[in-house]
Amino acid sequence: MKKAFKSAYLALVLLFLYAPIAVMIALSFNASKSRAVWGGFSLTWYAQLFDSPEIMQALQVTLTVAVLATLVATVIGSLGAIGIHAMKSGRANALINLSYLSMTTPDIATGVSLMLMFVFMKIPLGWGTMLMAHIAFDTPYVLFSVLPKLRQMNPSTYEAALDLGCKPGKALRKVILPQIMPGIVTGALLSFTMSLDDFVISYFTSNTDQNLSMIVYSAARRGIEPTIYALSTLMFLVVLILLVVINKRSSLEDVS
Amino acid sequence: MKRSYYASPYAVWMVMFTVVPLLFVVYFAFTGRDGAFTLDNFEKFCRPMYVSALLLSLKLAFFCTVICLLVGYPAAKFLASRDFSRRQSFVVLFLLPMWMNCLLRTYAWVSILEDTGIINTVLEWLGLPRVQMVGTEGAVLLGMVYNFLPFMVLPIYTVLKKLDHRVIEAAEDLGANPVRVFFRVTLPLSMPGVVSGVTMVFMPAATTFAISRLLGSGMFWLMGDLIDYQFREISMASGQNFGSALSLIMMVLIILSIGLLRRFDPKGEGGGMW
Repeated sequence: MKKAFKSAYLALVLLFLYAPIAVMIALSFNASKSRAVWGGFSLTWYAQLFDSPEIMQALQVTLTVAVLATLVATVIGSLGAIGIHAMKSGRANALINLSYLSMTTPDIATGVSLMLMFVFMKIPLGWGTMLMAHIAFDTPYVLFSVLPKLRQMNPSTYEAALDLGCKPGKALRKVILPQIMPGIVTGALLSFTMSLDDFVISYFTSNTDQNLSMIVYSAARRGIEPTIYALSTLMFLVVLILLVVINKRSSLEDVS
Repeated sequence: MKRSYYASPYAVWMVMFTVVPLLFVVYFAFTGRDGAFTLDNFEKFCRPMYVSALLLSLKLAFFCTVICLLVGYPAAKFLASRDFSRRQSFVVLFLLPMWMNCLLRTYAWVSILEDTGIINTVLEWLGLPRVQMVGTEGAVLLGMVYNFLPFMVLPIYTVLKKLDHRVIEAAEDLGANPVRVFFRVTLPLSMPGVVSGVTMVFMPAATTFAISRLLGSGMFWLMGDLIDYQFREISMASGQNFGSALSLIMMVLIILSIGLLRRFDPKGEGGGMW
């Protein structure tokens, strides 16, 4: 098939994916508060953004939960993968199936089940329960990012390190860890993305503290303030810049 | 210390936050408000209102999956083709929208589709009558396809990228036409990616509630909306038993359908999106 046709098709699909994002970015610069009227270019919403305690609070909740959940999930998940890799296949399979169960449970069922447990245990639903829930749904993704790397690894390298007098802990750090690092990084990125974007599970596991998705959801009924568009535009730009920087760096490494 | 002990925190965490909570769902689903064993919750589900919500959820999720597959497969195939030297950056373009809040992106569709929205303004400008879109099944379906399309494209792309090109060349050399090559070689080899794509689209589509709330403006009751209603809108004490039963029914259906799907990918090769 012609390359032009392929490019056109991909461009159409991307247009579909980016249309609402473009609309949102445009609305963040709209002087008029209405979504239907273009009132001229303005940076009002960006200025108001930093004065809105509700949004700043939600941003703080979203970021702290995402960062902490990613850290904990990455450590538990990576150690879990190393442990499972060293297990007899029976027990390893049991744990892997358990992780599949957790990943195939629909978000809404995960959220509801955790809420039932927290309420039953009389733990108030807030930032802490949201964090625990996020760690719980992130961890299997780290596990499944790291496990394939362990399986690809040549087991003799670890044994060679032991034969050459390395203690197991040191061999783990010096031999296994560097080889599975790409998997750990992927897992961490995946966790962070999912935490940042999560709505359903946070919605069910927290009452007092709201993350960004939750304020968008509750605001959607009475109309969303353009300040939220401004915040999202800023976040989108940050991610875009980060990606470009990473891309530049890795292509530099390819060259050298 | 044995290396397998490193998995202990993981095992403990998974039991505490996956197994135990699910047991709570099962417990509440089979008990009444007084805590005694009962099947009332499941009996209540058989009322037409609830069954129709389930059927509507499954119908929309089915169409969403089919559309995502029809749109996403060619996209994945083109992405994986050798025509694009910088295809990595193209793939990133499919991932990037996911970094922007999903609810906000869905809400932005309201601005495009609503009665005074972009499409209707253009229609009016062209002298055509306005079309009401928000609050229709079509709008909800569009929101679902929009949200879950990348989950279809990426697993298929991952599998197609690794596909040995020589197999396709061999089929061509042996005289198969492009259509035959596709149906006899490419498609069967990419089945693992299709299976994980279908799973990753169907499951969230069947259980969503935010999308139907935003784009359906509360006109439709999907399974997700019912569950949400039981736990959040009416008091938890009176809704939790029926809500748990609904969640349990949903989960069992999802796990059964994934189990069926896995028959097409017995080795579980299509695991990854990344």
